[in-house]
Amino acid sequence: MSTLYGVAAEFADPGALVEAAKGARDAGYRKMEAYSPYPIKQVYEAIGDRRQLPPIVFIGGLLGFLTAWSMQFYIAVISYPINVGGRPLNSWPSFIVIMFELTVLFASVFAFCGTLMLCGFPRPHHPMFNLPRFADASNCRFFLCIEASDPLFDAETTAGFLAGFEPIEVMEVNDD
Amino acid sequence: MATIEERQRHAARRPDPDISLPLIAPSQTLVTVTEQVSSIPLHRRAPRLWWVMFGFGLFLLSVFGVAVTYLIGKGVGIWGINIPNAWGFAITNFVWWIGIGHAGTLISAFLLLLNQSWRGAINRLAEAMTIFAVMCAGMFPLLHLGRSWIFYWILPYPNTMTVQPNFRSPLVWDVFAVSTYFTVSLLFWYLGMIPDLATLRDQSRNRIAYFFYGVLSWGWRGASRHWRFQQTASLLLAGLATPLVLSVHTVVSFDFTIAILPGWHSTIFPPYFVAGAIFSGFAMVLVLAIPIRSVYGLHNLLTERHLNNCAKLTLATGLIVAYTYAIEPFTAWYSGNQFEMFMVHNRATGPYAWAYWSVIFCNVVVPQLLWFRQFRLRPKLLFTVSIFILIGMWLERYMLIISSLHRDYLPSSWANFIATFWDNATLYGSMGLFLTLFMLFVRFLPIIPMYEVKELLPYSHPAREGVR
Repeated sequence: MSTLYGVAAEFADPGALVEAAKGARDAGYRKMEAYSPYPIKQVYEAIGDRRQLPPIVFIGGLLGFLTAWSMQFYIAVISYPINVGGRPLNSWPSFIVIMFELTVLFASVFAFCGTLMLCGFPRPHHPMFNLPRFADASNCRFFLCIEASDPLFDAETTAGFLAGFEPIEVMEVNDD
Repeated sequence: MATIEERQRHAARRPDPDISLPLIAPSQTLVTVTEQVSSIPLHRRAPRLWWVMFGFGLFLLSVFGVAVTYLIGKGVGIWGINIPNAWGFAITNFVWWIGIGHAGTLISAFLLLLNQSWRGAINRLAEAMTIFAVMCAGMFPLLHLGRSWIFYWILPYPNTMTVQPNFRSPLVWDVFAVSTYFTVSLLFWYLGMIPDLATLRDQSRNRIAYFFYGVLSWGWRGASRHWRFQQTASLLLAGLATPLVLSVHTVVSFDFTIAILPGWHSTIFPPYFVAGAIFSGFAMVLVLAIPIRSVYGLHNLLTERHLNNCAKLTLATGLIVAYTYAIEPFTAWYSGNQFEMFMVHNRATGPYAWAYWSVIFCNVVVPQLLWFRQFRLRPKLLFTVSIFILIGMWLERYMLIISSLHRDYLPSSWANFIATFWDNATLYGSMGLFLTLFMLFVRFLPIIPMYEVKELLPYSHPAREGVR
């Protein structure tokens, strides 16, 4: 038994996708997603997702900095102090390089993993892949899918609404 | 005083001829870009030249395997290194390879931050070059350790010997700088490739390719959420990689400058090394991009504009390098230090004078040809100039290391360095590692970032904007 995931419209033109996404937003739809072969900034706002990557990266950078600082301080001062010509053990200027490197390293790893997490990856299967021509979403076509979980969703009216934006086709997306 | 209007009129009369070069050939569409790029790994048979280069790479790689096996069995005595020339080829190769990597990050990170859209078509290739070059570079300090199998002693970890690394040493900084650089470059490259891997998944016609690209692309659907996070992450990684790339070669140069040897102990080294690194890296980008665009017929995507821009950047960084060559003897003379002055004199007239003058010829004289537009736009000439630069930059590191080491403060410890067969086998063998990896990349991964090229197509900008 397959359940309805949503209704999708296929467009040949990026402008039509932007128009449809904005129109759907204005009509009150919230649970929807636009699919395109390259990033289209104009639809981000219409789709509306408040989650942010930069704080995750900042936390990563901060953790990297603290790790590098505490590791070097602990090793050079407490665990394995080396007296070089009576110079201070906590010679922090020579620790700067590794503090910088680990800040960048941790921030980058957090950026990568954060992206995968926010995108919900790995997700090898998704209802959208059931659409026969969805392979074109990574090639030359633009899709807008209004999901059945949206409170305003009704299979027929939503399909009619999407048909108003001159799509190539409006299709039902099934989740099986 | 010329008013702004007058200047604008003047500029309009003499348009920059290079701006008129198209970034992408006309009449490309989303479909043609997808088909052209994805057919290389998916549908087309590998061209004969690919097999030749891959075979050659494998041959050199096996030479590398033999050289490394013998090295591990016998010890670093098989190389020409001695005291005082303890660094020899190993560190020369290390600095050369890691320098080559720098242009890739420069193209992918600096130019992204500066909004230079021309980087689009070339950045994947340049980043792949970075990763493979850093892999080659990373081998050499480990091999040079002598007992490579206990390389992990340079890392801080709780151990039964109760010893720890000395964080005041630039050699330890190097370990962190190079490993961070490799990791960040790899993540940046892969994150940028996920959408294209999804395109390959969707275009594939057999199950193996579908599975392979499907796993690598994590289930990418091109959803606007995906794009937003991926684009933000790319921008943040670019912001992180930009200071990182400067730091890496700076730290490499600290290996030299913190020693008190004449010719090394100099504050000019960090910018000098970074400029030299980017210089050699752009030469390598050209050496790789020119044959690839001609073998795979990518002239419409990797256009003359790309070659021209890379050539200009090569020239600019080459001039910085030339300036440093000029300032080094001046600093030595101005210091009034007899050891510094002897080093400069000996470098130009001593037993390694051939290296010095070859460097001047390859890195200062030959690149001046790039002032001429004819040289920048003729791929074969540009390729030749780039080869000269690569050789020159390798010799520069050789000259820096050997000419300072072989005549240090104590004449009783002077000795010359003569490279052995195994020195050469390791150097050329590492090129085999690079070539093999690069050929595999060309064969199995999308060498042109499809979505970035698609963004540049005039068609791609939503025409019916302003609905709101």
